[in-house]
Amino acid sequence: MVSTGCVIKDPGNSKKNKTGSWRTFKPVLDKEKCIGCDKCVMFCPDAAINKDHDINYDYCKGCGICSAECPVKAIEMIKE
Amino acid sequence: MIEIRFHGRGGQGAVTAAEILAKAAFKDGKYAQAFPFFGVERRGAPVMAFTRIDDEPIRIRYQVYNPNYVLVLDDGLTHVVDVFSGLKDNGKIIVNTDEDFKNGGDTEVYEIDATKIALDTLGINIVNTIILGYFAKKTGEVSIESIIEVIKEVFPGKIGEKNATATMKAYEMA
Amino acid sequence: MTKEVMTANKAVAEAARLVKPKVIPVFPITPQTSISEYLAQYVADGDIDAKYVKVESEHSAISAAVGASGAGVRVFTATSSQGLMLMHEIIFAAAGMRVPIVMANANRAISAPLSIWNDQQDSIAQRDAGWLQTYVEDAQDALDSTLMAYKISENDDVLLPSMVCLDGFILTHTVEPVDIPNQEDVNKFLPSYNPKHSFLDPKEPMTLGALADPGYYFEARHAIEIGMEKSIDVIKKTCKEFEEIFGRKYDLVENYKCDDAEIVLVAMGSVCSTIKAVIDELREEGEKIGLLKIRVYRPFPVDEINDAIKNCKKLSILDKNITFGIGGALYSDIKAKINKETYGFIIGLGGRDITPDTIKEVYEKTKNPEKDVTWVGLKKEDD
Repeated sequence: MVSTGCVIKDPGNSKKNKTGSWRTFKPVLDKEKCIGCDKCVMFCPDAAINKDHDINYDYCKGCGICSAECPVKAIEMIKE
Repeated sequence: MIEIRFHGRGGQGAVTAAEILAKAAFKDGKYAQAFPFFGVERRGAPVMAFTRIDDEPIRIRYQVYNPNYVLVLDDGLTHVVDVFSGLKDNGKIIVNTDEDFKNGGDTEVYEIDATKIALDTLGINIVNTIILGYFAKKTGEVSIESIIEVIKEVFPGKIGEKNATATMKAYEMA
Repeated sequence: MTKEVMTANKAVAEAARLVKPKVIPVFPITPQTSISEYLAQYVADGDIDAKYVKVESEHSAISAAVGASGAGVRVFTATSSQGLMLMHEIIFAAAGMRVPIVMANANRAISAPLSIWNDQQDSIAQRDAGWLQTYVEDAQDALDSTLMAYKISENDDVLLPSMVCLDGFILTHTVEPVDIPNQEDVNKFLPSYNPKHSFLDPKEPMTLGALADPGYYFEARHAIEIGMEKSIDVIKKTCKEFEEIFGRKYDLVENYKCDDAEIVLVAMGSVCSTIKAVIDELREEGEKIGLLKIRVYRPFPVDEINDAIKNCKKLSILDKNITFGIGGALYSDIKAKINKETYGFIIGLGGRDITPDTIKEVYEKTKNPEKDVTWVGLKKEDD
């Protein structure tokens, strides 16, 4: 049932929506090529890449923006 | 009346496919209706679209719950949503996949590697028109001539030509 | 005339193209957006010789429409839901200034909670503004009603703005075959607008939208009431002229198998299509059921309703809106004006799908009534 005023009392519940299942192509980072510029971290619309450049595949939707932005082409999009 | 449900992801063109099918059926002299599952479209999110085709004008205006055919544009969706949901007993399902698609019952399942055709012909993984070519041949519910004609109307110029070529490939493979 | 498969939004845009408006001030909002996109395209391509005003809000869209119409040209605009709410102030001003604007409203629920899906609360909330309101059943009706709305609104006996209401998504985003009339026929049906009471002419200066003290305001409001009353005959006449030229028959109401029905369902908009299919099914099982479609809701066609339902025993009114504590708006209007055993049903709010089972439940609950107003389709406590 809906709460009064549709109030959502457990903030952060978007974490429950694992959007990784939306992906057709998966970004894979070659850490050898990575120069640590953090562009992918900043551009990822889902904050799915952390400061150590680990990609969180639970939430990565496979949009490919990281791959497009990477100045040294260190991120390849591979079909799931 | 026959009812078709499309499963795709936002941006893959499921809604456009449903509309192309309706327009093609209309060219064949039938009545048709197509509409998206009314959601907030986001690229990559699972989406549905529906087409109804009949010899009589179509009056009903609610979602399709018991389709005769289900077309799945992306096999990854089969892990996320129940693509068999409500499918009629003699219903058929067409899945874009490069694997052997496993199904639970005795539903007729057709597999087509539409992604390969799309990548070879269009250079991009958009399979919405291609799967219609396969559908036309396998089911006979719509003529391939009308499908091709509508594709060229919806996508004028080179894109339409390429889509038509890809769609014919799928038709011939079926 | 050509026949094409298109959405009701495209059908409305085609109608707007055919009436040749001079000013189109419009602000996009789901599910109306594609109307504003098609019109922008038509203006950019030179298919319409109009000024497309890219306004910063719906309040500005309707204000610009009032200004342009007051300056004496034909105007089209379109909106939905929250956009219509933002227009509210000027919606009343448009009727009071007697400017014959035509506006399409893609019916969508009102926040909160936020919803982009269909019900008719938005336009129902404007029912007292002095606008004529038509609720269309399909894409063809959307096109035809938009054409007719200009002829009705611009009639000297009426001079009130018109709202063409089309169900969001269910019509706005559904493609189906539509006849597009040719320009010559439309020109014959709807000559160019020749304003008589308000126009911009430096040689003949005039003031629009002035203050009226208690010595005048009362009569000004009464004049709107007279315009509304007279619009009934103008609508009937316009429907006849439309039929003569285009061959499609419309009226204020549609009587679908009411004459021998014991129970008549009364509804507005796209749900009428599904109801007709259910009626045909139930009639095969021997049930005496009919549908009275209210196509024109303002003016409220009391005589036409009474005529259609004279033989039936009970009425069930289906409302996609709620007047809290009363029932639906159509239900309360019918209770006020029609003397018949009547039950109200609230359905489909915020896009809840209306299936044949919904309609059958309404019918059963009218046969064996438990209360005056019932919400059909609510989830159970544990759902």
